[in-house]
Amino acid sequence: MLSLVARIWEALTRRIDRMLFACALAIVGVGLVTLFSAADQSIPRVTTQLASFAFSIALMWLFANIPPQTLARAAVPLYVVAVLMLVGVALFGVVVNGSRRWLNFGVARFQPSELMKIALPLMLAWYFQKHEGRIGWWDFALAAALIIAPVYLIKRQPDLGTSLLIAASGLYVLYLAGLSWKIMVGLAALGAAAGPFVWQHLHDYQRERILTFIDPTRDPLGAGYHSSQASIALGSGGVVGKGWLNGTQTHLDFLTERHTDFIFAVFGEEFGLIGNAVLLILYLLVIGRGLVIAANASTLFARLLAGAITLMFFTYAFVNMGMVSGLLPVVGVPLPLVSYGGTAMVSLFIGLGVLMSVQAHRKLVAT
Amino acid sequence: MTELKNVEQEVGRFRMRLAAAATFVLFAFGLLGARLVYLQIYKHEELSTQAENNRITVVPIVPNRGLILDRNGIVLANNYSAYTLELTPSKIDDLEGTIDRLAALVAIEPRDRKRFKRLMEENKSFESLPIRTKLSDDEVARFTAQRFMFTGVDIKARLFRNYPLGQVGSHLIGYIGRINDKDVERIGEWDETANYKGSDYIGKVGIELSYERELHGTTGWEEVEVDANGRAVRTLSRTAPIAGSNLKLSLDVKLQKVAEAAFGDRRGALVAIDPNNGDVLAFVSKPGFDPNLFVDGIDPASWQEYNESPDKPLLNRPLRGAYPPGSTIKPFLALAALSSGKRTASQAIFDPGFFQIPGQAHRFRDDKPGGHGTVDMYKSIVVSCDTYYYMLANETDIDDTARFLSALGFGRKTGLDIEGELTGTLPSREWKRQRFAGKNYRDEHRKWYLGDSISAGIGQGYNSFTPIQLAHAIATVANNGVAYTPHLVKSVENLKSGEVREIARDSAVNLGLRPEHLAVIRNALVGVNKEGTSAAAFRNAGYVSGGKTGTAQVFSLKGEKYAEHKVDERLRDHAWFIAYAPADKPTIALAVLVENGGFGAQAAAPIARKVLDQYLVGNTQPGAAPVVQDRPGDDESD
Repeated sequence: MLSLVARIWEALTRRIDRMLFACALAIVGVGLVTLFSAADQSIPRVTTQLASFAFSIALMWLFANIPPQTLARAAVPLYVVAVLMLVGVALFGVVVNGSRRWLNFGVARFQPSELMKIALPLMLAWYFQKHEGRIGWWDFALAAALIIAPVYLIKRQPDLGTSLLIAASGLYVLYLAGLSWKIMVGLAALGAAAGPFVWQHLHDYQRERILTFIDPTRDPLGAGYHSSQASIALGSGGVVGKGWLNGTQTHLDFLTERHTDFIFAVFGEEFGLIGNAVLLILYLLVIGRGLVIAANASTLFARLLAGAITLMFFTYAFVNMGMVSGLLPVVGVPLPLVSYGGTAMVSLFIGLGVLMSVQAHRKLVAT
Repeated sequence: MTELKNVEQEVGRFRMRLAAAATFVLFAFGLLGARLVYLQIYKHEELSTQAENNRITVVPIVPNRGLILDRNGIVLANNYSAYTLELTPSKIDDLEGTIDRLAALVAIEPRDRKRFKRLMEENKSFESLPIRTKLSDDEVARFTAQRFMFTGVDIKARLFRNYPLGQVGSHLIGYIGRINDKDVERIGEWDETANYKGSDYIGKVGIELSYERELHGTTGWEEVEVDANGRAVRTLSRTAPIAGSNLKLSLDVKLQKVAEAAFGDRRGALVAIDPNNGDVLAFVSKPGFDPNLFVDGIDPASWQEYNESPDKPLLNRPLRGAYPPGSTIKPFLALAALSSGKRTASQAIFDPGFFQIPGQAHRFRDDKPGGHGTVDMYKSIVVSCDTYYYMLANETDIDDTARFLSALGFGRKTGLDIEGELTGTLPSREWKRQRFAGKNYRDEHRKWYLGDSISAGIGQGYNSFTPIQLAHAIATVANNGVAYTPHLVKSVENLKSGEVREIARDSAVNLGLRPEHLAVIRNALVGVNKEGTSAAAFRNAGYVSGGKTGTAQVFSLKGEKYAEHKVDERLRDHAWFIAYAPADKPTIALAVLVENGGFGAQAAAPIARKVLDQYLVGNTQPGAAPVVQDRPGDDESD
């Protein structure tokens, strides 16, 4: 009897990477504790997040058990559907807060850019795998086109933040696939040169964010408000923090978006530098483990996918914490596994599931 | 083989790229860590302070202003709580539009808008300024229901100053008004800036001004935790305010009302003093004004009316109106003559109806054609004989006269405890030199002439005194030469300690006048009311009183005899009357001035009679005093 339970358990957890899962679990734990404080001790908020978490784990388990080759077969259809949906958004999308980002399916609204976050790296990894061993500059040119199409569509929704993140996910694949350093440096130079031109095409609120980032005191009650209040929250937390549920910036409403994008400020205020150090280490462990999995992956597809997913995870964490601490301008990126919100949680755990699948299926293919 | 090698090469390159990425990850997290160390250690103190400043607001609690009561405890100034509708201009984009929308909920008159505009000019845009005060419960309810539509608009409960008696005593009580830049400076000089945080009002005039620091009280403080919207979440600590002290005046409001009513719609002033201690019993300046209009900033129409009226309702006449004393100066000059030995009581002169300076053609006329005949000191006062005083002036050095009158308080501030007192003019050689010191004048202007002395000798010429000076002087005579500084406030009651502090007075000054001299003068003053110029006004009085009429020339009619009915009302003479009673042991002394009232005996004496009746007998019929027509002898001058 005992052995049966043990065997079922073994079957269930066979493809679950212990370390990755433990770190993710710890980060989610931090998130729930912080959310309870940020949401003014609202139990429903926490249970909603817990439900998302449970659903996410199920999906993670599912993806961990799907071999990478199966995923590779889904790459092209998924990408095509995602691009078509983005075109659909441009044509019949629902406008919310001045942005056309949603498709209305009657029962639910769906944001195709979320799907693209997974579809693009999958597509690119599939493409490079297909042309493995004879990858030339034309492949990179085609890959660039595959990136530019969705990025352009998302940018004109307008949703600059997401389009940049999706562009980054594509560029990570190109980078890992061996895009020549010369071209990358050349692209970077081109990007810098295009700066003034891009500036002209930015929306006022986007320019405002960048100006505020350069000088937060410019408009401390307007655009700079989030940023300077978040810095105050973090700084006043000091080394040991004000203690759980005791953050004054949090509980007196000075922090806006405090259970979503700015939850890191809540955590930093209440748990201080020590808490922050622990959180940073947890993220580093997840990223490190992801990179190790990528390094050990047996196929090019798996390597590129695992590497891109890991670097995206890093990007989300860094951009969010950088934004909250005033290192980067304000962009709407949630803190991975911590910020309140089901969609992000689900995507992230699917990503972790894919990493686990890559790790679990490596020997099978290698031999 | 080559393929495998290729694959190995590719994996190697991939791992190099991963290693580079890992380095970047570490670098980025290092940067993040450094930033967190910078914020949470290096900037911790500064940001903690900012967080505390975010969180804690110190809210001043304005103390209740002290009450002002009359000597019998009747309230002259108090406070009541009411709701105001207030706007913070800096928080409102479309001010006009907002006010228009508000007007649909609460009544906002054009004058409210005008007043608000003025307040905006005088105050900073982030201050909350009232557009309507004293909202009705209905209006409060209507606005509260719609409040969410109005950012920057609030209803606040505030204490308002109220003067329940309106115009009665308005000049002495004064009023408070919103603090302006000049007041801020004044507060700074007192070193009270912190204590006035949260105070919107300050005394502007009268007792409200002079006793501001007693009335204001001590501001309390509340440390409040606020959220990002400025809403108070909880109180951290509280220091209660200490209410301002209550002031008890020497004023008798019943007497004040009788005195004010006695003027009817005539302009003028009256000051009544208790000669035994300097208590001011009545202090009238007519016309008065309604101090309640000033509390929230007076509306432009009322302001214009008050400011531009030829009746000058805002002029504090007892304190700031300087008038030639006319014949009311005579008893004091007679007293001076007795003191200096220039005259004895029985020494008589012959009055042919005029006086001529030897060797000059100009005749200084007496009012009575043909003169009063033989006149001694008693008669000189009772019939108000000018010639007697022309002759006296001719023999007396003006500087000696000035010195004696100055001791009685003429030409000096009496020291009444409200601000703004004028000195008036007590002429002397030195005074004239200084008065005409300017380049536009020549030496002959600065020289003192005998003619100047003669005019001054009957209270005309350069003399001009305030009603409070005359009241003070007659009170001093009534009190046998012992002078008290007149005062309006008797005591200050500290509400917290319950301690009642009598306002310290300058000790009485004994002028050293001889009792027998005073007796002569007081006997003559009693004669005036009994058989002299004001006998008609005091017929059948239930007490014996002393008095003296006076007429101050407003307009000099060259060569023509003054005929009241021919002269424009504004150019008519001012009527004076000074009095005290009871004659043997005076408890009240007063001075009355009726602007353009004509003869003192006609216009001013009946007012004095009403006041004395009220104070001594208490049976006054309310209303204006009559103008006495039947003077004792047409030819009698005053």
